[in-house]
Amino acid sequence: MKRVALYVAALGLVVFAGFPFYWMAITAFKQNRDLYVGASVLHHIPWIFNDPPTLEHVKLLLGQTDFPRWVLNTLLVVVAVVVITVAVAVPAGYSLARLVGRWGERLGMGIFFTYLIPPTLLFVPFARLVSLLGLQDSLGALILIYPTMTIPFCTWLVMGFLRSVPWEIEEQAMIDGYSRLGVILKVAPRLIVPGILTVVVFTFTLVLQEFVYALTFISSVDKMTVSLGVPIALVRGDVYHWGALMAAALFTSIPLAIVYNAFMDRFIQGFTMGAVKG
Amino acid sequence: MTPRRTLADREDVLGGAMLAPALAYVTLLVGVPFVFAIVLSFSDATAGSLHFGWAGLRNYAAILGDPIFLRALRNSAVVTVGSQVLVVILATAAAQVFRATFRGKRFARFVLLLPWAVPVSLAAIAWTWIFDSTFSVINWTLKAAGLLHGWLYWLGDPALALFAIIIVQAWRIFPFATVIVLAGLASIPQEIVEAAIVDGAGFWRRLLVVELPLLMPVVAVAVLFGVVYTATDLGVVYILTGGGPANTTHVLPTLAFQRGILGADLGQGAAIAVFLLPFLIVVAVAMLRLARRAEVGGGGSAR
Repeated sequence: MKRVALYVAALGLVVFAGFPFYWMAITAFKQNRDLYVGASVLHHIPWIFNDPPTLEHVKLLLGQTDFPRWVLNTLLVVVAVVVITVAVAVPAGYSLARLVGRWGERLGMGIFFTYLIPPTLLFVPFARLVSLLGLQDSLGALILIYPTMTIPFCTWLVMGFLRSVPWEIEEQAMIDGYSRLGVILKVAPRLIVPGILTVVVFTFTLVLQEFVYALTFISSVDKMTVSLGVPIALVRGDVYHWGALMAAALFTSIPLAIVYNAFMDRFIQGFTMGAVKG
Repeated sequence: MTPRRTLADREDVLGGAMLAPALAYVTLLVGVPFVFAIVLSFSDATAGSLHFGWAGLRNYAAILGDPIFLRALRNSAVVTVGSQVLVVILATAAAQVFRATFRGKRFARFVLLLPWAVPVSLAAIAWTWIFDSTFSVINWTLKAAGLLHGWLYWLGDPALALFAIIIVQAWRIFPFATVIVLAGLASIPQEIVEAAIVDGAGFWRRLLVVELPLLMPVVAVAVLFGVVYTATDLGVVYILTGGGPANTTHVLPTLAFQRGILGADLGQGAAIAVFLLPFLIVVAVAMLRLARRAEVGGGGSAR
């Protein structure tokens, strides 16, 4: 009885969470005449393939839309933002955890709080700033602004990560004659590698997911990122190509889902630090 | 510490130098714009020109007399509270399920994390298709099951559209809350739970009397992030309804975008966005309190 309740609950949760993805997948491969049958036609079951699956929507997406271009733009922004974030947040996290002493905790908290200031509060002043810098409608605007979201969180992540790394290795290196700077340059990088990996993954997912700033700064279709282009520019006038739209959503979701499955626990450590002590 | 130290051994100098770029980035590109956002709300700045003049409280007077704004303010509160109530219920239930072992758990976990992984804008477009006025699979299923006799215009009816927005927000945030609650469950000392079982506490008693009180700080963290993510989200409403029908489903971020960016009235857009601050201040204060309590309470066990 208890087992049955467990499986029913698990099934319910899986259906609720997964249903939109099932719907993306089935829509992406359905023929149009199978897709566009009104929901009031009860003898036509929309949950299954009534006609054989087709690749026409995928071909349309990859061949006749700007989707490949958006993927390229997104990757370009990812690489640039990753470089900036790692260069800025990793040293800052190290400094907070190891160097600045008792101020580290408070400064770290302060930096983390800026992560809570939302894009929807900042997009208005940023619109002004971006046009002052002449960056409107360019990927440069995104590369400049996205680190404002990744740096606070990643600094916090690295700081928390370093707390779990024993200090003895660095201490031993100093006893062996390294200067403090020598330790930072030669010993610490090896210790932080897993932390840096988490930073890279977090930055990657954030850039793929971001919508508000992209919507605010980018207006040309060929400059868009995936998460902006698909919902905004793939809709031609009032015509929704649902097959191609859902194929794009599906293709973008898959890599993110795999990455999340592997890294979720590390992100969560960043969020619960302080509230959960092991 | 040796008395003679070179620059390469001064922790304060090194610490400051390594922290400086991050502090500069955050100060210049979050702190300053944040202050500027508030300053703009008292100005008549527009997107078209670089002119900047004081408008005093005119922007605030304008929006407070505007029924669309008041509606958006109310919608923001309703959506935030409604979705977070659902999130807490769903996440507590899901955490109970996922602490047990069962066949297919890995797959279930993978699916459960999907809503959190997918970009908001792409999830929202998928839901737009699910709620389509002509092809909605929900309507088909309800009709096939004999539960629906008329027709539901999910995104065309103000009340239904708001309900749909709450569902989508809860859907996208509950996986994140579940993982946080699971982390909290894992940190409850096993002896306490075992003692309760020995004392004869059943499932519900154990959950409500023993575990939930211990979980409160963790559930609070989940809810606080949930509040920030929902109250400040623009994507779901922008894509699902665009604020329609007839401006009835705007929330603060979409209205701020419409007035500030599309309407080029930066001053008014900023004034609308400023009303997000109460949501954020409540969250920030609560987080600080939680952190302090964890410091005091966890002091003994912390390294």
